Amino acid sequence: MAEKLAIVLFSGTVDKLYPVSIIASGAVAMGMEVDIFATFWGLNALRKDMLTTNMKISKEFEEMGQFMMQLMKQKNVPPWYEILKKAKELGKVRVHACAMTFDLMGMKKEDLADFVDDVVAVGEFINIVRDAKITLFI
Amino acid sequence: MTQDIKIDRVIDARGSFCPGPLMELIKAIKEAKVGEVISVYSSDSGSKRDIPIWVEKAGHELLGVFDRDSYTEFVVRKKR
Repeated sequence: MAEKLAIVLFSGTVDKLYPVSIIASGAVAMGMEVDIFATFWGLNALRKDMLTTNMKISKEFEEMGQFMMQLMKQKNVPPWYEILKKAKELGKVRVHACAMTFDLMGMKKEDLADFVDDVVAVGEFINIVRDAKITLFI
Repeated sequence: MTQDIKIDRVIDARGSFCPGPLMELIKAIKEAKVGEVISVYSSDSGSKRDIPIWVEKAGHELLGVFDRDSYTEFVVRKKR
């Protein structure tokens, strides 16, 4: 069985969504499976309407945000969710929505991006990733 | 050395950032037939480390890494 990378995606700022999609890509490239548990701000960032409009940057780097966004646009860096979608095409990357956040924020499955696979409770997620080789909290 | 290798497909991933060129190579290898040779152009510095590691791990053959003016060319044969 393939080794597994588990990511708890808590943050919803673009500067943290990028490493999630890039590290997930690296993991599938190297033959690993990836399970992402999107919770709280991380799940909020996976709303369909948030994908293209989200311009938020971590507070401590706020003043750099606009410059980074411009730089990335100028250098044709694809949006973070396109990188994630590519990773999904290439290997097994599953994006799980946190049931608690889902209920709390009154979400519907159709509010979420198409690449979100399912809504799972925390216990189920832990069960899925209990044998994970690498675990990240982002 | 490249003159006597027949390259079946060229992927120009110049301008794409890590892990873009590697991902494009993987996709191309998936689509290729065993024995075919794929050449990837990359201007991303991460490729120099990532691509050889991936090729070895995935069990293909790295026929060469060539530094060009502003990019690197990786020539890979699909082995399985």
